[in-house]
Amino acid sequence: MQDWKRQPGFFAGIAAAPVTWLILFFIVPLGIVWAYSFGRNTGLTSIDISGTFANYARALEPLYLEIFLKSVAVAALTTLICLIVGFPVAMAIAFAAPRWKPWLLLLVMLPFWTNLLIRTYALLSVLGTRGFVNQSLEWLWNHVGWLMTAIGLAEPGPFEPLPLLYNNFAVIFGLVYVHLPFMVLPLYAALDRLDKSLIEASLDLGAGHWKTITRIVAPLAAPGIISGLIITFVPALGSYLTPDLMGGTDSQMIANVIERQFKRANDWPFGAALSFMLMYATFILIALQALRNKKIEARS
Amino acid sequence: MEQRTTTLAELANRRSLLKGLGVAAVGLSFGGLAACSKESGNSTDAAASAKIAPTGEEPKLNFYNWDTYIGETTLDDFKGASGTDVNMSLFATNDELFAKLRAGNPGFDVIVPSNDFVERMVTADMIVPLDHAQIPNIKNIDPSFIDVAYDPGRKYSMPYTWLVLGIGYRKSKVKPVPDSWKPLFDSDQYKGRISLLSEAGDLFRLYGKYLGKSVNDLTAADIKTIEAMMIKQKPFVKAFHEDNGQDLLVKGEVDLVLEYNGDIAQKMVEDDDIDFIIPKEGSQLNSDTLCIPKGAPHPKNAHAFINYLLDAQAGKKITETILYPTPNAAAKALMPDTYKNNPVVFPPAALLAKCEYAKFRPDMQPLYEEAFTRVRAA
Repeated sequence: MQDWKRQPGFFAGIAAAPVTWLILFFIVPLGIVWAYSFGRNTGLTSIDISGTFANYARALEPLYLEIFLKSVAVAALTTLICLIVGFPVAMAIAFAAPRWKPWLLLLVMLPFWTNLLIRTYALLSVLGTRGFVNQSLEWLWNHVGWLMTAIGLAEPGPFEPLPLLYNNFAVIFGLVYVHLPFMVLPLYAALDRLDKSLIEASLDLGAGHWKTITRIVAPLAAPGIISGLIITFVPALGSYLTPDLMGGTDSQMIANVIERQFKRANDWPFGAALSFMLMYATFILIALQALRNKKIEARS
Repeated sequence: MEQRTTTLAELANRRSLLKGLGVAAVGLSFGGLAACSKESGNSTDAAASAKIAPTGEEPKLNFYNWDTYIGETTLDDFKGASGTDVNMSLFATNDELFAKLRAGNPGFDVIVPSNDFVERMVTADMIVPLDHAQIPNIKNIDPSFIDVAYDPGRKYSMPYTWLVLGIGYRKSKVKPVPDSWKPLFDSDQYKGRISLLSEAGDLFRLYGKYLGKSVNDLTAADIKTIEAMMIKQKPFVKAFHEDNGQDLLVKGEVDLVLEYNGDIAQKMVEDDDIDFIIPKEGSQLNSDTLCIPKGAPHPKNAHAFINYLLDAQAGKKITETILYPTPNAAAKALMPDTYKNNPVVFPPAALLAKCEYAKFRPDMQPLYEEAFTRVRAA
């Protein structure tokens, strides 16, 4: 068999367009932003790229470091909840009857067909003070309240709407809602490839269902779980819209601070430095994952 | 061809506004100009002014405007009168406008910056002087808007609207009338029912007003004081909103919002439990203006368009839709008394006298921003 990589002309022909595209519209702009991060404002619209590290020094001040850590915590919690919720969903799809699988996967991907902004606005009207959740609760409260008196309890007071919006709970809820498909899809891919006879063997040999999942399924699906974690964590860390629209007074994440540098503060060098801090963190995560994969390959 | 971008919110606003004001959207016709409108596809609504002479440029114009900030048929009418297609894009904040134009004009002919950004863009050499000879409708402008501190003699900008910040509130839930900034800035009376504008500069300047200072005299020491006050008040504030406080108020999320009078006036048409007040300590005035950015591809069309927007009839139609206070005296004269005598749109002169325009202060803006980041992180 002939290796297609031995045909450099053909290979170059196919690769030229995407590589040019990537260089022109990704590497070059990113390089410009990277250069800005070593510059300083010399006027309203002019930036002098002087090679200074002042922006990075400022980005490492406690104020910004704390916001950064808070964003990491929010993204980590989001990822964890996505894993806990997404794992059973991915299992269910992987073990569903083959004719159902495409439909179930479609259901998971369906939200992607609607713009994030629209979905967030939909959540706003679900969770609001007079939103659907609170309206339903109020109805229940007013119509089931007599039960309380019937069984000898005090008459319930007037309904107090739950504060579901404009706080950190809302941000986590919104982020989980948005990022769940990112977790379910790689998990499904890993679980679907699993040799089902191993599970049968485990059950036959006396391991319970829980033990089978923790000792057999989870380790075998580990690569899928890790890519799911990364693919959820990275966009969650940089999320901007959800904390902006659903968050309360202290829900700002690092991306909101970056946005303000580019707009209101008109301090592009500092905004660029903050963006690159975020990017360095992401790169490190992905590099660690790649290293781990290499180790696994080397072992096997 | 789509002539302008229309959002859902905009449609909702316009419809309810027109219903509220009892103005028919179409069917207003002035003189036998129906012939002009045949290209505009809107045969019933003829242009409100006479035919505009061709400028010799290609009949196109790129207009960069705020959302819900133009008359129902204004762009079609202008096309009817001049044959020029107006392509309108929308921005949400002055900063967005500035950021977009900062690296060079991407092709806009007319933009609508606020007063302090006019100063900023003049300093940054981003807008060009206007040729008053091409804008004869400047005669319609209220004389008090001609010699303004941010643009003496209107060299660079034509006033489009003016507005003032104040407190929008739900009458049934807020007693007594919040005639001071105190309930918003310095009290737990309305805990969890307050939303403030997330504009660092505006917030710090208004806190300054509450402390009895001019919006233009704040110092670094004042910022420290105000920052501490804001951190103290933060637990009682439900959200920092992006210029959509009126929606939070209507939806019942909060009962008091820091907002512009025009935004609240738009919502008062739908919900009569809402009112607006300028606190007794005074407030901050803003004015949105029409400017031509440097490098505009169609400067002559841009002048013709600005002149058209300042026309009395065109101005009347814009005002009917957006309900903002207009600096166009001729247009105001054509408006019904319900608008002219609306105390929200035109607050009492005694209160307005205590309000100031914010000057552009490049030294203070980064300080405001960093202090506000600290407040939000606290």
